[in-house]
Amino acid sequence: MGKIKVAKSAPRTDMTPMVDMFMLLLTFFMLTATFRPQEPTQVDSPNSISEKLTPEQNVITVYVGKDNKVFFNIDNGEDSTQHIRQKVLADVGKVYNITFTPEQLSKFERMAAFGMPIKDMAAWIDAPSEKERQVLQTGVPVDTTNAATSELANWILYSRQANPKAEATIRGDNTADYKAVKQVLDIFQGAKINKFNLVTNLEKVEVKLENQ
Amino acid sequence: MAEIIANEGGGKKKGKKRAKKFSTAIDMTPMVDVMCLLLTFFMLTTAFSKPKIMEIVLPEKNIESKGTEIPKWRAVNIILDENDRIFYYNGLADPTKPPIPTVIESDYSKDGIRKMLLDRNKTLFKQISDLNNDVLTGKQVMSKDTLDQRLRDLRSNDMVGPIVLIKATEKVKYKNVVDIIDEMAICNIARYSLTEMNSFEVKLLAKAKRDIAAGKTGQP
Repeated sequence: MGKIKVAKSAPRTDMTPMVDMFMLLLTFFMLTATFRPQEPTQVDSPNSISEKLTPEQNVITVYVGKDNKVFFNIDNGEDSTQHIRQKVLADVGKVYNITFTPEQLSKFERMAAFGMPIKDMAAWIDAPSEKERQVLQTGVPVDTTNAATSELANWILYSRQANPKAEATIRGDNTADYKAVKQVLDIFQGAKINKFNLVTNLEKVEVKLENQ
Repeated sequence: MAEIIANEGGGKKKGKKRAKKFSTAIDMTPMVDVMCLLLTFFMLTTAFSKPKIMEIVLPEKNIESKGTEIPKWRAVNIILDENDRIFYYNGLADPTKPPIPTVIESDYSKDGIRKMLLDRNKTLFKQISDLNNDVLTGKQVMSKDTLDQRLRDLRSNDMVGPIVLIKATEKVKYKNVVDIIDEMAICNIARYSLTEMNSFEVKLLAKAKRDIAAGKTGQP
């Protein structure tokens, strides 16, 4: 009678509420998820009050990283049967007398932003691992003396030819030099593009006139 | 033990013929593990704030546009310099047409360049914020397209607001340029443009910097 027996079973917690909660959160995240696009370099965008969303298709994106390295990306447009990326790569290759195999072209179509001289392009496409790819990303050459014939200018020119609807989007880093960005802008203007989308983060600002 | 069963039964002691009940509780731990993993994955890969864009249109190159002469009283020149410094002067700097404007130093804070711009752009800013307020409070009902059109009209009909010319020196960071364009958007400046500095302005800026360093204020 007087003995108090301590239950020897392992302490059990009821996991059901926890599962419920997880399930809820998981569903929420899965439904709202828009995956972060793979970026060739860490880019820390400046802030602005603009609430316009980045278009998802028909964009030529030029990244200007911290060290003023320039990266380039173009999407396939809304009609993937046109193989815009393949076309651009083949055309730019032709300018520099580099031919790509059909396998390389189709592999390139599925890849993301890049930044290397065109001569390293094949090596980048065929690179077996992500690490080796990263090493090759040295930036698209932007010739300072003759910007109109630099590789970036050709990329832009042929991208525009393959997809006339493509808009220019510039993703510059906070600490990038304006000079480097200006060069990119100049090259775009050389290709008769005068409207630019600058990628920024949203930052709310309240402004009121003091003495109305 | 008997007491516990009684408690669980909630006082119903009649049902003595009940079959022995097995606990239906399943071990949830692996499920929780998996969910936790998935949750973390989605949380880390989700881009929550979708990047926004700010549009700018630059004047076409290689076209010698005589353009419209900017009225002197409307012109505001903003010069961006390295180390986050910012200068401005009113009017147009032309060595052949004195008086030569004074270059004044300002800053990116809300009491700096924004105050000056807002002050210059009062009329248009008030019109735009009044219209926005009316729409928000429901005084005027209009679709978003109409509102955009009205705002565009207000901007293009603006005849008194400043015309801002933004100029940047060599070592300016990209952030500064975006900040100042953003400032234009905040102050609802109808007309602004990114342009190059001319040689006279370079001299003016150098002089202003010397003066400021020597302890004189920007004012004459």
